[in-house]
Amino acid sequence: MHTKSLKGLTIPLVSVLAGFIVGAILMLIFGYDPLQNYQNLLVGSFGGVYSIGETLRNMISLILTALGFAVASKAGFFNIGGPGQYLIGWFGAIVFTLKFSYLPAIILIIGALLCGALAGGLWSMVAGILRAYFGTSEVITTIMLNYIVLYIVNFAVKSWLAGKGSDSSPNIAAKANLNTPFLQRITDNSTFNWGFFIALAVVGLVWFYFNKTKSGFEIQAVGLNESASQYAGVNVKKTIITAMLISGLLAGLGGAIDGLGNFQNISVSNNLPNVGYNGMAVALLAAENPIGIVFAALLFSALQIGGLSISVYSNTPSEIVDIVIASIIFFVGIKYAFELIAKKGWFKRKNREEKGGAEK
Amino acid sequence: MEDYVVEMRHITKQFGSYKANNDISLQLKKGEILALLGENGAGKSTLMGMLSGLLEPTDGEILINGKSVKMDNPRNAKKLGIGMVHQHFMLIPAFSVLENIILGDEPTKATRIDYRKAANDIEKLAEKYHLDIDVNAKVRDITVGMQQRVEIMKALYRKANIFIFDEPTAALTPQEIEQLIKILRALAAEGNSVIFITHKLKEIKEVADRCVVIRMGKVVETVQVAETKEETLAEMMVGRKINFAVEKEETDKSKTVLAVSNLSVEAHALLKVKDLNLIVHSGEIVGVAGVDGNGQSELIEAITGLRKIKKGSVELKGKALQNLNARKISEAGIGCIPEDRQNVGLILPFTIAENLVLKSYHKKPASQHGLLNYKKINEMGRQLIKSFDIRSQSEKELAGDLSGGNQQKVIVAREISASPDLLIAANPTRGVDIGAIEYIHEKIIEQRNAGRGVLLISFELDEILKLSDRIVVMHEGQIVGEIDPRHTSSEELGLMMAGKAPIEQEG
Ligand SMILES: Nc1ncnc2c1ncn2[C@@H]1O[C@H](COP(=O)(O)OP(=O)(O)OP(=O)(O)O)[C@@H](O)[C@H]1O
Ligand SMILES: [Mg+2]
Repeated sequence: MHTKSLKGLTIPLVSVLAGFIVGAILMLIFGYDPLQNYQNLLVGSFGGVYSIGETLRNMISLILTALGFAVASKAGFFNIGGPGQYLIGWFGAIVFTLKFSYLPAIILIIGALLCGALAGGLWSMVAGILRAYFGTSEVITTIMLNYIVLYIVNFAVKSWLAGKGSDSSPNIAAKANLNTPFLQRITDNSTFNWGFFIALAVVGLVWFYFNKTKSGFEIQAVGLNESASQYAGVNVKKTIITAMLISGLLAGLGGAIDGLGNFQNISVSNNLPNVGYNGMAVALLAAENPIGIVFAALLFSALQIGGLSISVYSNTPSEIVDIVIASIIFFVGIKYAFELIAKKGWFKRKNREEKGGAEK
Repeated sequence: MEDYVVEMRHITKQFGSYKANNDISLQLKKGEILALLGENGAGKSTLMGMLSGLLEPTDGEILINGKSVKMDNPRNAKKLGIGMVHQHFMLIPAFSVLENIILGDEPTKATRIDYRKAANDIEKLAEKYHLDIDVNAKVRDITVGMQQRVEIMKALYRKANIFIFDEPTAALTPQEIEQLIKILRALAAEGNSVIFITHKLKEIKEVADRCVVIRMGKVVETVQVAETKEETLAEMMVGRKINFAVEKEETDKSKTVLAVSNLSVEAHALLKVKDLNLIVHSGEIVGVAGVDGNGQSELIEAITGLRKIKKGSVELKGKALQNLNARKISEAGIGCIPEDRQNVGLILPFTIAENLVLKSYHKKPASQHGLLNYKKINEMGRQLIKSFDIRSQSEKELAGDLSGGNQQKVIVAREISASPDLLIAANPTRGVDIGAIEYIHEKIIEQRNAGRGVLLISFELDEILKLSDRIVVMHEGQIVGEIDPRHTSSEELGLMMAGKAPIEQEG
């Protein structure tokens, strides 16, 4: 068991290292100082309570959208709907908070988060139903649903929530803000908020769901072998829909938390939120392991937050971190090549050592 | 000193701390057919995996035509003229048979794949070796037997001169086996060398020159087949005497367990089961004999709720089951050992223990209030592993890491231990060693003796004849006759199945 998890770590670690090396080489080619920039990156993401607060806050939605992607993926589905589910979750939470602002804080917050999560879940479930009953590819439906939700939300914000001449909804009541004065005080006014702890709790829940529950068992069974699941009596259609529902719930919750904790309102936007896509990358780097997702999210978040300061302290364009991120994903993607190298190179040496040990 | 085509010297293969092969040496002569015999999990497939470049030895040396070679990937092996027919098929379901055969070795014309030439070549080979395959069918639509023939064709097409056949006969009908044996002989006569793995001693006696017997990763003996009796081979392999006879008690057959009436079932828009009637009584084993592809699979799928019934009814102890879902049917008391163990019977990346509760994970004691109780699951797993002698390192080993025969034993253990009113067994001893066959047969008879019904579908005529109380012959989706196994020989049954002998209707 132990050796197995070690082997599981090799690929992401090597990929991350390779990503940084590619970034460094590019910086050298274009005449920037990689060491200095990586140092700025580190300082920018972990250099003080403020930056740590920002980095942790940025992790929240990465974790939740990654978990969402992972759940669908365990059932064998490639849910690209993360951005749309996140957006509708954000929208749902803001609407709830605005319309029920008279409720006491705690109920208002819980209601808003549930409303956002549910919106994401139901939206994603549409793709699940289409897949289960009509065999429609979830890749296509979730992409289309992303755009549908983008335009619906834009329309609703503009014509319903926003005042005349404005592109944004009003801000939510201060009592619904997840970023409380206490947290602001200890993190030097960063956007760090209680949502971080909710996200960590959800990681635990998802881990529990997959390792201990009947329903999680069914999702994995269907994802690994649909015919065998059918033969075993698993209701495959129901399982597919459940998986997509949970997947969307998680991404929606991510949007809801960001809505209450970070944005406090919702605006018309030209693009789908990037975080939904970044969440997919996080899940891939973590090989869909819930605990791994926390670490992968930490890395990506640090890159994103730290990347902002790269161009502040030097004239290096901050896009360099996007290249690092993209390279990491690329290397995770070509893990097959790594496996081959690993099989030929080090592992053979290890085998010999093992044998030598046995002979002693 | 003789020249060997293949020489494996002191080969050891370790998975973790477990030695699947322990200092095995083996030689193959030119033009020879060498049989490899050993219990499930003895290490046969592992050894051949190293010869075909799928696995790398932990220690030892492989020589081809006297030269030491490094066999670190299948392409190398192919270049050296080694072709392997794997125990578990390596086919791509979405591709056609033709595409699967030429994959990795496509003939090209001006950078395009020359499908016409490929089809021609394959047709010639098919004619020469009398292999019946439909090159245009998609692999996902063909029967297990046909898949096996496609695998054989793949090896022939690649023009190897050293052939490895890993249990090719486990999924073939007697006629097909006969044909394969002819192919093996022809290959050897042309100067090729063949390594042949099978659990069927009859086949070894029929075709092999020498036989290497492996037990627990070690060679225990190498014998000249002509000078060795079947019983001796069996004893060498298992390490004890085997009891081939089965004991059937008198049972009360007055109750009807399964009643199938006027059943029609479609597959791929073809009517595969036509107005079929079939009854299984309590305390009775009904054997279904028939050439592969005559609707047996569809019949099983319809009874177990995996395929829609077009017309007709299925009743278990008087309760209508048609078109209920698989879970309801299994809970009503039907167990099934499916034909395709890797794609249907098991979830390979799950542990043995998880696979053993695949049909009962949703209820006590495996789970409660929606939560799985892994302590119980693993404990039950350990018990079944012990009582069914599943050779494994622990109940937490992945089913996919088990040897083929042991995978089969996992399914058999799960289905039989549930003691269903009706047990459907499709090739229950496929790929299982003689010792385990004895055990599985005992267990099936135990079910019968306890008053339960068994529907047995098997290509092994000997198995059907030995176990069944009654045999029905299935042809083109219908039951065309019924015979009494006590008064029928396997030759007669074979002819009846092929429609070449009249079937006497009984009682
Ligand atoms: N990848 C693997 N990891 C761990 N153990 C393995 C692996 N592959 C095979 N084994 C173990 O090695 C042993 C030998 O397996 P192998 O498949 O060679 O048996 P076999 O002789 O072909 O049996 P069968 O007749 O059932 O096909 C088994 O105990 C099996 O569990
Ligand atoms: Mg084998």
